[in-house]
Amino acid sequence: MWDAIRVTILLAAVTTPLMLALATPVGWWLAKGGKGSAGWLRDMVAAVVALPIVLPPTVLGFYLLIAMGPNSPLMGLLQPFGVRTLAFTFTGLVIGSLVYSLPFAVQPIRNAFESMGPRPLEVAATLRASPWDAFWSVALPQARRGYVTAALLVFAHTIGEFGVVLMIGGSIPGQTEVVSIRIFQAVEQLNFAEAHLISGGLLAFSFVALIVMLVVDRRFGARSAGIRP
Amino acid sequence: MISIDLSGEIGDLDLSVAFEAGAGLTAIMGPSGSGKTTLLRAIAGLERLSGRVQVGDAVWQEGQSFVPVHKRAVGYVFQEPSLFSHLSVEGNLAFALKRNLKGADRAAIIDLLRIGALLPRNVARLSGGERQRVAMARALLSGPELLLMDEPLSSLDQAARAEILPLIRDVAARVPVLYVSHDPLEVARLTERVIYMENGQLSGRPAVTLDGLSQAEIEALAMKALGYEIARPSAANSRLSSDG
Repeated sequence: MWDAIRVTILLAAVTTPLMLALATPVGWWLAKGGKGSAGWLRDMVAAVVALPIVLPPTVLGFYLLIAMGPNSPLMGLLQPFGVRTLAFTFTGLVIGSLVYSLPFAVQPIRNAFESMGPRPLEVAATLRASPWDAFWSVALPQARRGYVTAALLVFAHTIGEFGVVLMIGGSIPGQTEVVSIRIFQAVEQLNFAEAHLISGGLLAFSFVALIVMLVVDRRFGARSAGIRP
Repeated sequence: MISIDLSGEIGDLDLSVAFEAGAGLTAIMGPSGSGKTTLLRAIAGLERLSGRVQVGDAVWQEGQSFVPVHKRAVGYVFQEPSLFSHLSVEGNLAFALKRNLKGADRAAIIDLLRIGALLPRNVARLSGGERQRVAMARALLSGPELLLMDEPLSSLDQAARAEILPLIRDVAARVPVLYVSHDPLEVARLTERVIYMENGQLSGRPAVTLDGLSQAEIEALAMKALGYEIARPSAANSRLSSDG
């Protein structure tokens, strides 16, 4: 049980910062770029990013498993570096989590950039801030509420992952076995005490995470930068 | 010396304007939709029109060369106060000063706009007039060679306007200002140099007509021109529209 908890928290802790870094350019481009003739391209990218919300996790996990298996062309590219497969490894889990939680990071970050409108960046430009400078000194700080929401969602979502992790991670104790899989196995073994313990812990964690999110949202102002219903 | 010669289409507007302006404040007037804001934005480089823009010795735009906004010594005060909400008043001023390579007299500018007491405040807790004063100070601290102001008083109440108008005159004594407005009384108190625009083109001074105004409204206009606030006893404080 403790191994599963350790792996789960490590996975969420590694995934979350990587995810924010990955979702920033995507969210920025969806919010500010792709205007005019590139509008259809933006819709395409937005749809691809949102896919994990509607796709069954097992389908996503299946394709990821194929892509990270030893026979995939993707892994062929990595073979010169001594990597044959990422399936059933912790690194594979991180990659899977990144794909699986992408919409939960991109959406709040995109909303935050969109809701600030063009004005703050125009003001920054008239005050001699280069676009790069303005991004760091104005856009990012003004989008901080979106970032807090994204981080909490991604962390919580990763903690609760099941289908994708099961498909691409197997459930190797101490390496790729996470708490949600541990619960499943405990129940199969009729070990209800352990299932109760972990489930209760996850329930409490999820509740606290949502409360924190609501408090953060309220403290940073009325308009929510979170996922739109 | 400011020399502007810009033309092009943005949206439905076919704009073509050429003029020169010197030190002090030059007002740009015209009905809404006449292209005043578009012209200011194009001078700043926020919109792209073709033509030529020169401010002092610096050519901001000519032929294919187009200096990006952040490399133009331009100050811009927007219609609605546009302070950075994630920074305090002090932080907003520091933002401008930090990026101004030639330096500015911070103390003198703070004094000029009377915002010394506001420095530690959160921008969300400022009144509309205070915000525009801070926005003007911030623009000045960036060291502009030309200050563009787009109806900076239009969202303010009468008292705040009366307080800020003389400050704008003081600001214009330091840096050339192009000032967009559609309030003739406001402009009359600021300058005699006025450019009129209509449908994206320069036009002559429109004839003033008083047709359709009631006797009370004409009186009110005259009083307002003289600087009086009028409280009308009748019609339950239906004050003459000051945003007009």
